[in-house]
Amino acid sequence: MAYIKRNDGRKFDETRPIEARVGVIKNSDGSAYFKMGKTIAYAAVYGPRSIHPKFLQNPRNGKLRCFYNMMPFSSMGERVRPGANRRAKEIAMVTEKALLPVVDLTQFPNSVVDVFIELPQTDAGTRCAGICAASMALADAGIPMKDMVASVSVGRVDDALIVDLDYSEESYENGTVADIPTAIISRTGEISLLQMDGKLSREDLKKAIEMAKKACSKIDKIQRDALKKKYEVKNE
Amino acid sequence: MNREQKDHILNFLEQGIRFDGRKLDEYRPIKIETGFSENAEGSAKATIGDTVVLAGVKLSVGEPYPDTPDEGTMMINAELLPLSNPDFEPGPPGIQAIELARVVDRGIRESEAIDTKKLCIKKREKVWSITVDICPINDDGNLFDASMLAVAAALKNTKFPSYDGEVVDYKKKTKESLPLKKLPVSCTVIKIGDYFIVDPTPEEEEKIEARLTVEVEEDGTLCALQKGGDKPLTAEDIDKMVEIGIKKSKELRKLL
Amino acid sequence: MGKLLVEDKTIVTPGEELAEGMDFLPAEGTFRDKDKIIASGLGLVSINGRLIKTISMAGKYIPKKGDTIIAKVTDILMSGWILDINSSYSAVLSVKEARDFIRRDADLTRYYDIDDYIVTKIVMVTSQRLVDASMKGPGLRKLIGGRIIKVNSNKVPRIIGKGGSMVSMIKNATGCSIIVGQNGIVWIQGLPKNEIIVVKTIRKIEQEAHISGLTERIKAFLEKGTNKKIVVEKVE
Repeated sequence: MAYIKRNDGRKFDETRPIEARVGVIKNSDGSAYFKMGKTIAYAAVYGPRSIHPKFLQNPRNGKLRCFYNMMPFSSMGERVRPGANRRAKEIAMVTEKALLPVVDLTQFPNSVVDVFIELPQTDAGTRCAGICAASMALADAGIPMKDMVASVSVGRVDDALIVDLDYSEESYENGTVADIPTAIISRTGEISLLQMDGKLSREDLKKAIEMAKKACSKIDKIQRDALKKKYEVKNE
Repeated sequence: MNREQKDHILNFLEQGIRFDGRKLDEYRPIKIETGFSENAEGSAKATIGDTVVLAGVKLSVGEPYPDTPDEGTMMINAELLPLSNPDFEPGPPGIQAIELARVVDRGIRESEAIDTKKLCIKKREKVWSITVDICPINDDGNLFDASMLAVAAALKNTKFPSYDGEVVDYKKKTKESLPLKKLPVSCTVIKIGDYFIVDPTPEEEEKIEARLTVEVEEDGTLCALQKGGDKPLTAEDIDKMVEIGIKKSKELRKLL
Repeated sequence: MGKLLVEDKTIVTPGEELAEGMDFLPAEGTFRDKDKIIASGLGLVSINGRLIKTISMAGKYIPKKGDTIIAKVTDILMSGWILDINSSYSAVLSVKEARDFIRRDADLTRYYDIDDYIVTKIVMVTSQRLVDASMKGPGLRKLIGGRIIKVNSNKVPRIIGKGGSMVSMIKNATGCSIIVGQNGIVWIQGLPKNEIIVVKTIRKIEQEAHISGLTERIKAFLEKGTNKKIVVEKVE
């Protein structure tokens, strides 16, 4: 059965409604809130700061370290036992790799920039929301960055190539699905995150990546507007 | 601890004022928002000053404890997320998180705010199980009181999911709330020098000699106490702190 | 040949294109990519003739030789003191660099003890960010009493003002002693209600540093808080 109309009525290349804000966690050096549909991600940056134990230090360059966690009450269904599991560790690693190409930590030898991502509510696309939030939080923290990163999932449900899969699409049971989280570096269009779950042809992958680039271009604008908004002159 | 810096704080307290201009028995602005999570059965966000705590409630059907075969179960969990404070490290809950969870748990449990008998589905076999998770987003002091407010508000916000006797359908929420009686409120009082203050900031928490978290039911009955801090308290101190706790809890209760 | 793509004094985000053509020169906070000049962080654009730079709005303090800072003693060694300088790097104050001559077997805690705050000067920073401090110099001393607040180190120039004009205005209006460290640590001492006004004023400067007319607004804020008229002396 072909997937002609999306469950929530969106167009194939349309992301869910997005809300983005920075400076939401006062203790942090930089922070952001990124909501995509029902998926909500907080990101907080602490750093550059000293790193312990000492053997983790890199005398040539600062280190970027990411952490990802879904709060126990965040998913539809049963409670998720807290604690870093294998999935969370893998997501943290790919998040780090997605952000690394744009940050410049040469000024901070022997230090670390920690990025913590927490999700109070999830409806698929969590690693993408996390990366979007993390990119904003790093900029908010004044970390030297030569560009920003936007992230979105693209994929295939039956014959349809779509952008920003929600949970109902990810778990679609009436046909085959491919779920492809991506992250795109704004100026160059280079891809710093690419994973796939499912079945996909080579041609469809090419098309999906183009769709990801277009969607990320729109997300990038939202991220930048959120950063600038913090410093807007408020008319008193 | 730098003695002159402590004297400086005492100088302020002597004049009835704190570093941020508050009176000794004054709370920072408090805000409670409920229902931030559609996926949780109940949720709430409590803000005291810049301290922000999220609480989420999840329900499931399970077996009762053998010694309470006709009562539902409840558990409160807390994680001091490293996102909220540069001093919190990632990893399993340390002693600070455990204390926070257990102190809030005691207040809710001992006040019998939840009528656990009404959570029984089939004696000895099936009962409703409540799990509350406390997740601070920003720690600017006084996590105890903010967590208690968030948990109480989240429990009030909770609705049962549909249950057909076999399977819970989380996607379909009913309109039925938890069987709650009046919830407790907590007030954390700290002692610096000879002065008692409420709702400490991290700067103040650093300089405390002792703290007493007082959890109070609606009629002023104490339902839980927790003393913290390195120095001991006299009986007079405790009575004074309890008096302050009961008084402030009346004001805090109005916000729920 | 060159073209400016943004206006002076606007907020820009990482990766944003500021100018094109070889006429303009990339300075601090920017880099050149082929014929474009790009922002390398979140900042305020500052155009000075052909030089384009961005002034960072956030970011932790990076120790610099010659900076006068406020540091906290965190450890005492045989040869001196370890200082927390509000950076991911700590500093060392060796016995040789104390104010007065100290005998070999002296008890170092009698000079500076753990948790003491001192006004000190950074005399050396190596490429690996090893930092040496010294107490030899005018105004460098241990701070007794008072209170400490942390500010965004990027805002320190605005808090001090041109030739110290801003901090002098606050001192005169409130009667408080104020020392502003380049590392974003500020020490304040005075009557309780005046100290509170100083803290509120500094927080206001932090929030509005990038908005023009700051001095006038702060003057009005101080007058309102202290109920006293302020006469601003011209700094020659």
